[in-house]
Amino acid sequence: MAKIVAVTGNEAVANALKQVNPDVCAAYPITPQTEMMQRFSSFVSDGKVKTEIILVESEHSSMSACVGACAAGGRVITATSSQGLALMYEILYIASGTRLPIVMPVVNRALSAPLNIHGDHSDSMGARDTGWIQLWSENAQEAYDNTIQAFRIAEHMDIRLPIMINMDGFIISHSIERMEYLDDDQVQNFVGEFKSLNPLLDLEHPVSYGPLILTDYYMEFRKAQDDVESKVPGVVLDVAKDFEKLSGRTYGLFETYRLDDAEIALIILNSAAGTSKDVVDEFRDKGIKAGLLKPRLYRPFPYKEIGEALKHLKAVCVLDRADAFGGSFGPVYMDIATSLYPYKERPVLINKIYGLGGRDYLPDHAKLVLNELVELVGNGTVKSYKEYIGVRE
Amino acid sequence: MKLKNWKEVTPGAVITEAGSSVKFKTGSWRSLKPVWIEENCIQCLFCWIYCPDMAVKVKDGKRTEFDYDYCKGCGICALECPGKKGNKAILMVEEEK
Ligand code: SF4
Ligand code: SF4
Repeated sequence: MAKIVAVTGNEAVANALKQVNPDVCAAYPITPQTEMMQRFSSFVSDGKVKTEIILVESEHSSMSACVGACAAGGRVITATSSQGLALMYEILYIASGTRLPIVMPVVNRALSAPLNIHGDHSDSMGARDTGWIQLWSENAQEAYDNTIQAFRIAEHMDIRLPIMINMDGFIISHSIERMEYLDDDQVQNFVGEFKSLNPLLDLEHPVSYGPLILTDYYMEFRKAQDDVESKVPGVVLDVAKDFEKLSGRTYGLFETYRLDDAEIALIILNSAAGTSKDVVDEFRDKGIKAGLLKPRLYRPFPYKEIGEALKHLKAVCVLDRADAFGGSFGPVYMDIATSLYPYKERPVLINKIYGLGGRDYLPDHAKLVLNELVELVGNGTVKSYKEYIGVRE
Repeated sequence: MKLKNWKEVTPGAVITEAGSSVKFKTGSWRSLKPVWIEENCIQCLFCWIYCPDMAVKVKDGKRTEFDYDYCKGCGICALECPGKKGNKAILMVEEEK
């Protein structure tokens, strides 16, 4: 029986981790992730889980300890935010290249400088090419559900890749919401026993991790990794189907909202999608065919599926809660542009940068953008392809 | 050895075969090659001790030929070799010669 609770996003994910009961957790506290790992540490101290906690001196060490523990043959978790994720950077590639299914919730927060602790996607966007699978979550329920599904995706024998579960710092991590917990044994049955692949601690079958691979083999390993990426969407969908049977909640590679017959649409990740859906409804009430697409599996990015879902639209605005500096566009915009490029007939695509460093994203912002799209469809003129919104001029 | 294609390599470059480094013949890295001159050898086995790659073979307590499959031509053996009456028992020569 599902249990209805009122909890913060951090509490929800900590509870998911408790219900999974992993073998090892090596984590370092950082705002706004701290509460999650603090709660998880209490579960360890209170004997609610059998997890071994490794206390480390930095995130570079926490990810390194996770790599070792996972290679040894354990089910391994950590969690981080912002600077912590940035400090893990080197080892993120080692975890994915070594194909270790480490599960890591990331409570998204802006990057320094200037120093800021609030919700922003710059941290995980900086790690989008590291070979980690990324799931993004709109609210506490999605963060909880994604965390449970993440174990099945990462540990799938066709995949064996590390995975990040993203949720917005403070907006979700520290706000109390109504949500539903599954029972402990339902979660246990769903994730199943951890199956290791070539574990270091199997003394009957000695193995070596981390060899030097030179010019004669490096490309073969990279091609093999690229091939695995192509299998991820199928596994994500299979796991979502099983999860739906258990929970009644539906997940896909992305969520579409009133998109099928839409002419204009917003594309937006995480918590701001909720606000945007309300505004889409307002526009629909006025007879304007507005819709929304919210990516869930952001890495690997389902280019084909998203291109198919968007190609019929007249105008689309991608809202990015991170900028990709370099005189370029926001990261989600660049991926959406790539997914639409193969089509001769495709929507006009504009980019808005919003909500950096936790700046509020309000219904008025969504209205402003949708009105601009209406105008753009009407007169065919693009005011600007990229613009910051909610910034003082 | 036939090189594997990308479908045949192990996930994450994990090596699942113990002691497989003997298959990795590093002798091809060599540009200078040590040559053993047996009549100058006093069997002190310094070369065997100093060789960083176990490329000096010893049988029944006696030094025998180099193992050129693994000798990288670093020249440490030739440097350390005392030889007999000032005549080295190991000389480094250009690989082509
Ligand atoms: S040249 Fe170097 S590697 Fe070769 S036998 Fe002498 S010491 Fe060993
Ligand atoms: S170091 Fe020189 S003298 Fe001594 S065993 Fe080796 S080859 Fe002979």
